[in-house]
Amino acid sequence: MSGRDAILNKVRASLGAGNANRADAVRDRLSGAPRGLIPVRGQLPDAARIDLFAYQAEKVHATTERLASYADLPAAIAAYLRSKNLPASIRMGDDPRLNGADWSTQPALEILRGPSDGNDETGLSHAFGAVAETGTLVLHSGGDNPTTVNFLPEHHLVVVDARDVAGDLETVLARIRDKFGKGQMPRTLNMITGPSRSGDIEQKMLLGAHGPRALHIMVVGG
Amino acid sequence: MQITSPTFKANSVKALSDAQLQKALGNVRAGFIDKRKKAVDALPEFEALRENGKAIKDHALAHLDLYLENYEAQVKAAGGHVHWAQTAEDARNIILDLCASRGVKTVTKGKSMISEEIALNDALEAAGVRPVETDLGEYIIQLRGEHPSHIIAPAVHLNKEQIEADFRRVHTHLPADRELVEHEKLLTEARAVLRAEYFKADLGITGANFLVAETGSSIIVTNEGNGDLTQILPRVHVVIASIEKIVPTLEDAAQILRLLARSATGQDMSVYTTVSTGGRREGDPDGPDEYHVVLLDNGRSSMLGTEFQEMLRCIRCGACMNHCPVYHAVGGHAYGWVYPGPMGAVLTPSLIGVDKGGHLPNASTFCGRCENVCPMKIPLPKMMRHWREREFERGLNPAAARYGLKTWAFFAKRPSLYRFFASLGIPALSAFGGAKHRFSWLPFAGGWTKHRELPAPEGRTFLQQWAQREAKKQEPVR
Ligand code: SF4
Repeated sequence: MSGRDAILNKVRASLGAGNANRADAVRDRLSGAPRGLIPVRGQLPDAARIDLFAYQAEKVHATTERLASYADLPAAIAAYLRSKNLPASIRMGDDPRLNGADWSTQPALEILRGPSDGNDETGLSHAFGAVAETGTLVLHSGGDNPTTVNFLPEHHLVVVDARDVAGDLETVLARIRDKFGKGQMPRTLNMITGPSRSGDIEQKMLLGAHGPRALHIMVVGG
Repeated sequence: MQITSPTFKANSVKALSDAQLQKALGNVRAGFIDKRKKAVDALPEFEALRENGKAIKDHALAHLDLYLENYEAQVKAAGGHVHWAQTAEDARNIILDLCASRGVKTVTKGKSMISEEIALNDALEAAGVRPVETDLGEYIIQLRGEHPSHIIAPAVHLNKEQIEADFRRVHTHLPADRELVEHEKLLTEARAVLRAEYFKADLGITGANFLVAETGSSIIVTNEGNGDLTQILPRVHVVIASIEKIVPTLEDAAQILRLLARSATGQDMSVYTTVSTGGRREGDPDGPDEYHVVLLDNGRSSMLGTEFQEMLRCIRCGACMNHCPVYHAVGGHAYGWVYPGPMGAVLTPSLIGVDKGGHLPNASTFCGRCENVCPMKIPLPKMMRHWREREFERGLNPAAARYGLKTWAFFAKRPSLYRFFASLGIPALSAFGGAKHRFSWLPFAGGWTKHRELPAPEGRTFLQQWAQREAKKQEPVR
């Protein structure tokens, strides 16, 4: 008997399985994917929701800024790099929303395309969405926003459209389901809440463990 | 790893006199409890979420066979592979085969308690594969040849001077006179050393906090980002997870995520929550080519349908040990195997046998704090009592305890005899207690009287006193 059958048989025997309603219960749950309890703070209206998102993200040591439109993006990025004394260079994928900004306004800014090889100081990504309840960004893998850009650079700059800032995680997950299809997922879905950290040395919290030391979030519009 | 649970008592004595350990354990008492409390108090819905979390896991466990089948089908549909391992040895062999057939030399590892449970690092090394732990705490204890002393803070038993000494001993490629006193310097050094390893590795192993039946996804939760670099840089990503990690849907995972980080570290959400499904897709510029899941049973299916089934709801948050006075006193290594604290006291006898782990359920004051803080409402003290009963049934207690309890039971079942002997014995003991009315030594109770005195009984038995009081009450009020 294969390991698979042995394990499943043991599980069935222990549970005393064999009743047809069980299969129905499982099918219903998988197809319906009922939402559980959404905390009140995850259900705020538009303006308050974006304020809560920024508040929660800053509480976990991200920095945030609001931009009126994508046109303001290149200048905002150049300003960030200058303020941190970073080289005028960013690593990014091929996201059409980022590509749509007029980068020629910042001729000194070098733009490196494609996944990161670990030699980039600063990465730029566009988030799929965000969660106000916890200050979390949600990004998915693919050519538009390579996953390595989320983790290898020291500074991670992330753009999110104000309309994509949801109150709760469940809303973003439902949008992922709409985009990729029921039961389908991108290879990697990253939920990012603040910059990387570790408390493993004497329980003292330190930023910048293996991922970025700094996370800067730019909310566009709204 | 060598199991030392049978010598729990001796381990504890050693731990209590270990000054470094006692200093480090102060960090558990000081840090975790306050942080959790603040985070929980700030979310009015926390109690209701606990109920939901419990219900989700109970439902998943009651339908585990069906969800496992659906999960497997979805992993395959996403191009991944599922390997079923009945035992720790099966799991090790599956991973060794994957390494051998792909010519793997270096394996990076995210934090995984299942890896500890199956003693994977020893097996890899024996097969000529170099395992590199990338979680900072795991990395530190790997350098020391130790095992985790806590399920979410593996190096919580160490102080920074010890870590500095280890880094100086192992990182000999760095200048010997470098400054390494501050916490930040230690972190930066480990980060640089491990960065190089991620790129060298041919295969990356992570654990899983959840397996999602709906999508065939595995979810890991970390703060450092090491689990992510471990899975996106090497060619092959292997997930090792036990069968009870299944939840039906992404929504179910989202409910439990609201409990996990708050209970573990007092965060609303851990920094990185990563959902992984299959290998690299067409058009993906990065990520592993192959995605494998090793599903481990190792005794869990036998816990289903028993009084220990509820233990399978555990999400490994560590809150029970953070709040446990016994853990605070002796730390995690004294428990002698992978899982310490109250959850370990219940799980260890289930997984390695009550003959080896039977001491652990006795190491409890039954104060009940573990059950109060457990986000999954697992009745830990009740289950420890179940183990005590089983230990007794199987004749594993020391002879004196068994004999004493049997003698007591004989009389307890015969009340008139009990009363007769008690009415003789109690005044006698009372007289032996002397003027202080305390014993400084008693036969069979040396363990107690060595450190403190035992009060001598009052002159009459409880039943005699009761009868007298009742008689008084009956007296007519004048
Ligand atoms: S038993 Fe409960 S408190 Fe302990 S680790 Fe498991 S879920 Fe957390």
